[in-house]
Amino acid sequence: MPQSNVFTISDQSLGYLNDEVLKVRSLSILPGEKVALLGESGSGKTTLLQSLYLQQSLNIAYCPQRLGLVEVLSVFHNIYMGSLGRHHLFYNLVNLLSPRVTELEEIGQLCDEIALQSKLLTAVEQLSGGQQQRTALGRALYQRKDVFLGDEPVSAVDSYHADQLLKLVLARHDTAVIALHNREQALTHFDRIIGLHRGEIVLDAKTSTVKEDDLAAIYQS
Amino acid sequence: MDSIAPRENTPFSRAGKYKTVSLTFLCIALVCGFFADIDIVTSTPWFELGNIGYGLLTPDFLSIENLFSSLFNTLAFALLGTFTANVFGFLLALVFHWQWIRIFCAFIRAIHELFWALLFLQVFGLSTLTGILAIAIPFTGIFAKVYAEILEESDQTAWQTISSSGDWLSRFFYTRLPTAFIHFKAYSLYRLECGIRSSAILGFIGLPTLGFHLETAFSQGLYSEAAALLYVFFFIIATLKYWLQIKLLPIYLLVAFLWLPDNGPFSWQLLCRFVTEDIVPFPLRGGDLFNYQEIVGLFHWLWQFARTEIFEGVINTLVLSFLALVCSGIIGLLLFPVVSRLFVNAPIRTLGHISLVVFRSTPELILTFLATLVLGPSMLPAIFALSIHNGAILAYLVGQNSNSLSVRIDANSGIRLYLYEVLPRIYGQFLAFLFYRWEVIIRETAILGILGVHTLGFYVDSAFEDLRFDRAFLLIFLTAMLNILVDSMSRILRKRLHFTKLANTENNAPPTSDTVI
Repeated sequence: MPQSNVFTISDQSLGYLNDEVLKVRSLSILPGEKVALLGESGSGKTTLLQSLYLQQSLNIAYCPQRLGLVEVLSVFHNIYMGSLGRHHLFYNLVNLLSPRVTELEEIGQLCDEIALQSKLLTAVEQLSGGQQQRTALGRALYQRKDVFLGDEPVSAVDSYHADQLLKLVLARHDTAVIALHNREQALTHFDRIIGLHRGEIVLDAKTSTVKEDDLAAIYQS
Repeated sequence: MDSIAPRENTPFSRAGKYKTVSLTFLCIALVCGFFADIDIVTSTPWFELGNIGYGLLTPDFLSIENLFSSLFNTLAFALLGTFTANVFGFLLALVFHWQWIRIFCAFIRAIHELFWALLFLQVFGLSTLTGILAIAIPFTGIFAKVYAEILEESDQTAWQTISSSGDWLSRFFYTRLPTAFIHFKAYSLYRLECGIRSSAILGFIGLPTLGFHLETAFSQGLYSEAAALLYVFFFIIATLKYWLQIKLLPIYLLVAFLWLPDNGPFSWQLLCRFVTEDIVPFPLRGGDLFNYQEIVGLFHWLWQFARTEIFEGVINTLVLSFLALVCSGIIGLLLFPVVSRLFVNAPIRTLGHISLVVFRSTPELILTFLATLVLGPSMLPAIFALSIHNGAILAYLVGQNSNSLSVRIDANSGIRLYLYEVLPRIYGQFLAFLFYRWEVIIRETAILGILGVHTLGFYVDSAFEDLRFDRAFLLIFLTAMLNILVDSMSRILRKRLHFTKLANTENNAPPTSDTVI
């Protein structure tokens, strides 16, 4: 059965307004692929993710680098936000004022998996950077979409938990494109690596064929 | 465009710009001063001042009739008016990106509470509805603008991140509202304080609030009674944050609603006549819009009207507001050290704070009234009152700003510190605040005409007295236009000087309740 691409970009310059950040000659991502984006900061990772997001935003759980959490609300409410579309307005409003038991149980379970159980009803502004990142990840997971796009979603978490979280995210989504700054994580968990350097794609290969020299090219100065 | 050019932003060029703007303003003010009527027209200013001073020292709480009922009326009008405005202002803030909503809000807030009250007075009489609407309508416009700004400036990453899931309202309540809520709360509290001030001065045109008794007491020379009323007023404002709890709000609103007397019988007929006949310019009342005679008549009427009242009213309003603006600025700059830790120690700062609070809480109308008793009728009392009130607000804001400066340990002290270290650093913020007050000052300037200065308000008031509602309505409309014009001029200036963001901090009331704008 021929599979249509999840994302396709051909011959495009991406960027904000007139400020070109990234040039892409041809890029396609198939359903089921788990892609890691590597590159120094400023190399165009965020720009690429955002343009992918705009291609089919309805189908995507997005985890931005700036997290986009509502700091005065609890972990519970922030994660629940992922499911606003699955409930009607009235239920959402009631749940905002007094959390429903079924939701508490369901999100409590998710928090177990991302090691946030004890913080379920804590306001996000009282959490550490790593815990906030996990909350944002929890919200993305709770959207239950087919495709996951993440912009360094585990950068503030220690490497043991980062591995756990990445495994979880990859298991729960059919297709994933995740920007990372840790090449170990990219090599361990992903089956394709795209490397960006100064606004251009310098590497796009199956993980099994990637060599140390290829990775070095991404980080050359 | 300018924001990209780095040279524009060097401190040196900015200082030059500030200097040009300030000197221009000062020169215009001097020219205005020549035309303004600023003589002291009373023979015994010290005598009257002595009497007032004595009254302030011997407040007489017992002899005031209806002290409590007028106090409750004041609070009830303020609570219901501000609450209604809060609800509608919030709803309008959600659609504030529509151009015509912005224009509508600018228009309704450009007309002062007292003018609204004078209009409603003709239709609803001295009733509960008049009082509530007079506060609710202009405040709705203000709430809409401020809430829209708060929403715009709060972090929207969360909103964008979940933009694809759920309905608009659900997303709004989960992502935008929680972040903006503390700002809404702080601003509402401040607005309620303004509402109490407005409600009090509605008494000057006859509604049964504190202002009614204040005016009576002042004009009869019963200064001890007047002082008692003023002290009650200050006490209510100063303790606002203690008695106004969000949980108690529904009870307060219910009590306020039950407390105020029932509206008299409402007459549609009267309303229809007022809208379709009374406020239509006199020559057009024949009904035939395309009659040549009538058009000529209208122009003649307009020209006569402009020649005798409009021109003088507009010029006086502009002159007075400009003088008041510049004097407020000067007072603000002179007074801010009394609340700045760079210049005075803690006990003096506390005293400074208290006096600034008293200055800014006293409504301009009452200050002008007082000053007129001492100085006689001219522009002087109005300038004095506007400058004291707005100067105190500026001093507070600039003082707070100077407290956040870090000055090197070996810096100069006293006047050298003021001129070389502090003034240059706070000046941009100061100008931003000052221009922001411009709109407020011109609103107040127009209304002070009610006390006899020949600004637009004077002619509005006399038109109402003569039952010439067409003239009153046109004048009020012109006042609103003038206000909108000044507001857009101040916005252009703020943009030119690169401090749009600075001025907005004024609206973004900090989450404590001692905000003052």
